[in-house]
Amino acid sequence: MALVLDEEQRMLKDAAREFLTANAPVAQLRALRDERDPLGYRPETWRAMVELGWSGVLVPEAQGGLDFGHVGMGQISEEAGRTLTASPLFATAVLGVSALVLAGTGAQRAALLPAIVAGELTLALAFDEGPRHDPNVVATRLRKSGSGWVLDGAKAFVPDGHSADCLLVSARIADSAQLALVLVERAAPGVTVERVVMADQRNSANVRFAGVAVASDAVLGGGEDAGAALSRLADIGNAHLAAELLGLAQEVFQRTVDYLNTRKQFGVLIGSYQGLQHRAAHLYSEIELLKSLVLKTLQALDAGSDEVPVLASLAKAKAGEVATLATNEAVQMHGGVGMTDELDIGFFMKRARVAEQLYGDHRYHLQRYASLCGY
Amino acid sequence: MSDLEQFRRETRAWLETNCPQSQREPVVEFEDRCWGGTKWKFTSDDQKRWLEVMAARGWTAPDWPAEYGGGGLNKEETKILREEMQRIGARVPLFSMGLSMIGPALLKYGSEALKRQHIPNIVKGKIWWCQGYSEPNYGSDLAGLQTRAEDRGDHFLVNGQKVWTSYADRADWMFCLVRTDPAAPKHAGISLVLFDMNTPGVTVKPIRLISGKSPFCETFLDNVRVEKDQLVGELNRGWELATYLLTHEREMIGSIGQSNVDARLYPAAIAELGLVHGQLADSALRTDIARWEMDHRAFELTAERITDEATAGHGVGAASSMLKYAGTEINKRRHELLVAIQGQRGLVWEGDAYDHGITATQWLRTKGNSIEGGTSEIQLNIIAKRILGLGRE
Repeated sequence: MALVLDEEQRMLKDAAREFLTANAPVAQLRALRDERDPLGYRPETWRAMVELGWSGVLVPEAQGGLDFGHVGMGQISEEAGRTLTASPLFATAVLGVSALVLAGTGAQRAALLPAIVAGELTLALAFDEGPRHDPNVVATRLRKSGSGWVLDGAKAFVPDGHSADCLLVSARIADSAQLALVLVERAAPGVTVERVVMADQRNSANVRFAGVAVASDAVLGGGEDAGAALSRLADIGNAHLAAELLGLAQEVFQRTVDYLNTRKQFGVLIGSYQGLQHRAAHLYSEIELLKSLVLKTLQALDAGSDEVPVLASLAKAKAGEVATLATNEAVQMHGGVGMTDELDIGFFMKRARVAEQLYGDHRYHLQRYASLCGY
Repeated sequence: MSDLEQFRRETRAWLETNCPQSQREPVVEFEDRCWGGTKWKFTSDDQKRWLEVMAARGWTAPDWPAEYGGGGLNKEETKILREEMQRIGARVPLFSMGLSMIGPALLKYGSEALKRQHIPNIVKGKIWWCQGYSEPNYGSDLAGLQTRAEDRGDHFLVNGQKVWTSYADRADWMFCLVRTDPAAPKHAGISLVLFDMNTPGVTVKPIRLISGKSPFCETFLDNVRVEKDQLVGELNRGWELATYLLTHEREMIGSIGQSNVDARLYPAAIAELGLVHGQLADSALRTDIARWEMDHRAFELTAERITDEATAGHGVGAASSMLKYAGTEINKRRHELLVAIQGQRGLVWEGDAYDHGITATQWLRTKGNSIEGGTSEIQLNIIAKRILGLGRE
């Protein structure tokens, strides 16, 4: 398959950029922070996204979605990275939908996906249990109790965990090696949610589950092992985080180049100095390399390729490295003004680090890549 | 079945029948790649046959016009041919500056007579071309070149010295940048001419490199007679051609990392270091290799993406500088790692038991990748100025 967007994908990308730039620019995130907004996103922005169909980009047509695939959704993720837009898009429309598509029974999909498409249901994936991504650590337990189940444990740094209607919780089935993915209402008895304000001002939460009753139809897939689905979910999450980081890196780089082309010192534009030109040109080259890995990974997801795990790790690793470089260079090249809160540059740096840590930084993914290759 | 599917099926079958097994082995030694020319000694009958059958179809230059002996394939067909060759690990049948540089320039700028004279011989690999560009005092500042070509009526008389002439000692013809108007601003007085290396007054002296090899020469030009009909394009407009040729050279050098060889490093590392609990015994080397493989994969995909974007009409200019910069830096890292994987053995210089120091000589050769065809620093200058628009007052 050619490594280019088709006409429809390009149109979606252009439309996403237009909408996000006009309706949810970095200034919106700044305002949410300044107001200490309890929700952490603008419901009217999310409603508009739902009307544009973005909540259903990954939903099959049978459940009222657009079934437009990860390449399409990835363009929205990338554009949302440029504007640092906070919304339920990632937790609900990417991860929540994918969890249901990958692990849900027909009945579960039929019951929940149309509600997501309509913007009536938001989800959050409660996956990691510590500050560093480690899919092998699942101490949260699901044990049989009468006709249903009981959930006990704790999850850390759940994106949208404090605002989503329902949580999708990974848990180990008691006395077995099997993993399960269960749907729990955030307001259910026994669920305690503590919002954590992160450096990027996005929504995260630590969540405890103490004897939470789970009906048998709230276990995705009816109790089939969810290990493979969870692994693929992490790959999907990382592919879209890589797309977001690509958008973020491109935007902060463009702002830096613009600054180099306007700021004068010693009577000349600072962009005329080779010491800065070469670093900027190197960064340009790195962003070009990242673009190709991200697109290839999104295409592999849509094609159901065997290479998804390898590519997702390569894309996320490269995205983490490139976004780190782009934001560090942005602050350094802006000089003192880059350190001020008045400029948006700092917002890009903070989001870059949080997005990299989520589901594994470049160190984690280089190690995972090596393991997947057998070394 | 679409025409393209039909083409793929026929190409696959034809390659299966016609590509000798030995020409599907990875390229290791310099001579494994056929460069052609009158002085070329084929390493085997297979190498000769592979060149001949491919040249007969014009598939040494698949997308060149059939009227000059090229394959006449469109972009999609060319891509399919490349994919099908990669599928069986087929070697490129002919590797030459005729194909990668002067051929495209002749097709774009050359007179009909020059095309008829030279293109078919390039396709068939009959002539080995070398490039007369750099001079002792004009490397990165190529446009300052001083080799003079005086107008003597029916011919030019060329005097000067070229350096870093690749394989001038094996080449048959040179395409050479010369100054035809010393009074004009430096970019406006240059022309591109072609001449036979056997012309009286041409002297070649190989340069010994840190690798111990001599792939480059100094070329001395003393009263060399060049016929007027061997001027490519217009007089004094040679810089435009030089830039065009440099773009092709950058693409060729940048693509050095791409070949029919499995470029991944980890199989060699596993063989050398072994695994402990499923991981390479040296965890720092493991990370270095993984990071290199990440960048290498990203680079290969970028070369593919830029080709696909150009096909779809969304290409950006100056992409060749980015590919040249990234590709050569990644290739240098590859060879540093190959040495590191082998430890002391990777640095052996002589001896049958050590492949005659091939790891070390190849490692040293790659140091030139980011110098030849415009240094990495020149590529970064080009990206900064042409793509990013930096430094304009």
